[in-house]
Amino acid sequence: MLNIIWPIFIIISIIYALFSGNIENVSNGIFESAESAVSLTLTFFGTLCLWNGIIEIAKQTTLMQKLAKLLRPLINFLFPEMKKNNEAYEEISMNIVANLLGLGNAATPLGLKAMKTMQKENPKKDTVSNSMAMFIVINTASIQLIPTNAIAIRSSLNSNSPSGIILQVWVATVVALTVGVTSTKILMKRF
Amino acid sequence: MKFVNFLSASAIPLIIILIIIYGLKEKKKVFDIFLDGAKEGIQIVVALFPTLLGIFLAVGLLRNSGILDFIIGIISPVTNLLKIPSQILPLAMLRPISGSGSMGVAIDIMKQYGVDTLIGKIASTIMGSTETTFYTIAIYTACVKVKKIRFVLAAALLADLAGMITSVIICQIMS
Repeated sequence: MLNIIWPIFIIISIIYALFSGNIENVSNGIFESAESAVSLTLTFFGTLCLWNGIIEIAKQTTLMQKLAKLLRPLINFLFPEMKKNNEAYEEISMNIVANLLGLGNAATPLGLKAMKTMQKENPKKDTVSNSMAMFIVINTASIQLIPTNAIAIRSSLNSNSPSGIILQVWVATVVALTVGVTSTKILMKRF
Repeated sequence: MKFVNFLSASAIPLIIILIIIYGLKEKKKVFDIFLDGAKEGIQIVVALFPTLLGIFLAVGLLRNSGILDFIIGIISPVTNLLKIPSQILPLAMLRPISGSGSMGVAIDIMKQYGVDTLIGKIASTIMGSTETTFYTIAIYTACVKVKKIRFVLAAALLADLAGMITSVIICQIMS
């Protein structure tokens, strides 16, 4: 996608600058942007590695399995067809827990495995089943408890309170998830 | 409000202590594991740098050329009506399409308008509460070779939109 958007951004900007007299501004800005990419990556380095280290500890414990058990009622509601399918059930709940903990790297492989397991029971192989649709929609909503990336960016930009947006993120996530789940439940009956 | 701030401030330390105590309880070598994870973090950052560089270049050009202000001027009647600050529009449009791209744009917005301003907070909240919808749908359907996705894209984008509008509203309420 960026292979299309990126050149368009650059081309229209430079053409616009030529006609609007901002070309000197543009010229100066080019190398500034390279510099700021470096300085930002450097500050980003610490926070991201730190969080990755902490999360790795969580990955190696049974914390995920424990949390998966807590989610049982929720998963029964979201995936009624999967109650009997233990394998899919397990993979779905582990994927959701990994997402909650912000384990993007772990969540995706688990999610893909869950998709494959659900596909086995799918009567129409070229079309997503209800459970698969719900599963994808949940995965497109960011349900992590701690928005680590957003916090890392904020602290690298010297925010007064890098984690000061956690509550806002929770509210926005819950609303987005509710809208996603509700519309999926409604739409799956009609389409 | 005080409790809210306390909750925000203590969420990260509490999660860290919970994870570490859990690791100790299960007799893991927590420091060694921490080092492994941190090492993996290096790769993530290194992989992110080229994208960040490319996005900063493109977004810097958009801004310095004046075309971003021009576009914002055109769509501002609509965004004003919805009470969305027009400065976050580039982020809102790129967010479902590209993860690293939207991260670059979000950083650019926070640098430009201030990370602790309303606009900076909205950008952070959008980044924290949404995902790269197109990418997720693409890999999840490709792995099982499913072609017909029914209503999935519509439901996912509707959720994104709801999340973004909520981000704007909640940041305005809590600022």
